[in-house]
Amino acid sequence: MPEYEIVIGLETHIQLNTETKIFCACKADSWEEEPNTNICPVCSGLPGVLPVPNAAVAEKAVLLAQAMNAEVQTDSYFDRKNYFYPDLPKGYQITQYDQPIATGGYLDLPMGDYTRRVEIEKLHIEEDAGKTKKEGNRRFIDFNRCGVPLIEMVTGPNLRSADEAAEYLIRLRQLLRWLNISEANMEKAHLRADANVSIRLKGEDKLNTKTEIKNVNSIEAVRTAIQKEAKRQIKEVEDGNDIKPWTLDWDEDTEMLSKMRSKETEADYRHFKEPDLLKVHVDQAWQDRILKDFPELPLARRQRFVDEYQLPAYDADILTNERSLSDYFEQAVKAYDGDVKRVSNWMINDIQRMLNESGKMAGELKLKPEYLAEIIQLVDSKKVNNPTGKSLLDKVESTGKSPQEIVEAEGLGQVSDTGAIREIAQAIVDENPDQVEKYLGGKDGLIGWFVGQVMQKSQGKANPNMAREILLEIFSEK
Amino acid sequence: MLLSKEEVEHIAMLARLNLSEEEKERYREQLSSILGHVAQLQALNTDDVEPLVSVLAKEMPLREDLPSPGLSLKEATENAPDVKADQFKVPPILDGADE
Ligand SMILES: [Zn+2]
Repeated sequence: MPEYEIVIGLETHIQLNTETKIFCACKADSWEEEPNTNICPVCSGLPGVLPVPNAAVAEKAVLLAQAMNAEVQTDSYFDRKNYFYPDLPKGYQITQYDQPIATGGYLDLPMGDYTRRVEIEKLHIEEDAGKTKKEGNRRFIDFNRCGVPLIEMVTGPNLRSADEAAEYLIRLRQLLRWLNISEANMEKAHLRADANVSIRLKGEDKLNTKTEIKNVNSIEAVRTAIQKEAKRQIKEVEDGNDIKPWTLDWDEDTEMLSKMRSKETEADYRHFKEPDLLKVHVDQAWQDRILKDFPELPLARRQRFVDEYQLPAYDADILTNERSLSDYFEQAVKAYDGDVKRVSNWMINDIQRMLNESGKMAGELKLKPEYLAEIIQLVDSKKVNNPTGKSLLDKVESTGKSPQEIVEAEGLGQVSDTGAIREIAQAIVDENPDQVEKYLGGKDGLIGWFVGQVMQKSQGKANPNMAREILLEIFSEK
Repeated sequence: MLLSKEEVEHIAMLARLNLSEEEKERYREQLSSILGHVAQLQALNTDDVEPLVSVLAKEMPLREDLPSPGLSLKEATENAPDVKADQFKVPPILDGADE
């Protein structure tokens, strides 16, 4: 069989996390609200109303454009896209057509040993429609979602595998959260992705007929759906059949794609400039204000962590996964005097666990980055032993007190006094003649048990390495 | 330039209008004459004229991102022809394609 290549483009809809809708002051977020309780004359399309755009929508679009290396347009326009559907009360959607808020752009995806550049073909602002539900031969409509601000962003046909498509969505989601543009939760439809999939022989550069996969609501589902569809297309071609430009519906429960019933007539949206709105004017001064505190982006920071701190790519990836965690790490590094990899290990093993358990963001911990640095330093200087250091994390988190304060108040300082440890070790040896006999008889592994006993008796304060050495010394004298 | 009957039917379908044969013929003439008028305007050379989207003030007033309450559920639904479980209830509209 000849070798095939998959060609994928992704069309995403991003729900912005503004407080209000795009053209009215209704709340943008209606998650779990009762139907039709978050609507007004504007978003429910009553006659005689006028839309007034939300400034925050333009601001978030400018942030995303900057992150995608797109060019922000000083003047952009809204257009009407005309079609009839029960979830669209006005009979048209307000969107941007030929003069959108940004043009061009790309995202470079790190794919391990290569980088995939994904071009952005479209980036514009629009309003969402409502929700309809079919019951019997009637439809039920909830307009709460009408007018929720969206950015539609479409990539070029640059992705070459299901993994690349998934990686694009992972990186986009990371970016949206990093910049506080969207909650980007696919299960809640904050981030929706349709995939255009076609195949061709490896080495060809023509684009073949594509199919469009809709209603995929997780990144894993996007991956699986693309794999299945590419496999189907390859089989069709191998069997000598043509690929038809179908729209395919993804069924989450059965993990199957099925052909959606197409409308009889060709879409004819008759776009024209929205007469109720003027141009969106984002002049240089406003752009400068929006971008004043534009942060270092996750992929750039990831690279810097590798270059500047000599961290493994694996560590750098985890530590830039989310902005709050990433900022926390850098603050801890600043406060810490020693090997940065030490801080990285504590972050990845311990801070991550604390965040997972509490559901908090790193920035919300009472265990400030400076306190983490202090704890690691206490362990490094052997003032406390490793288990005590670990237990300090939760103690600081629950009390908000500094590690030093807790160590002093609870007498947690590590006992490195050989005399004191020798006394405890000798007592353990005397109290356990059977174990001593077994150990001397060749069960070397028992040394761990003896060390454990010493640690227990010292209430965890003994320096375990020292305890081991002293025990070996005692046994060697036997 | 006279529109074809098919073109009139297509435009009527987009607007979900049911036209009689007599209306199709009448609108065919009327729409054609409107297009003829526009074609006449298009004869003008506008190479040096900036496209005009609106004659209103140049900048659009924007709104601060602050929420305020909209309609009550009762206000929102009381004029609807049919409501069930607080939702608007409508007949199928996609020529049966979605049923
Ligand atoms: Zn509203």
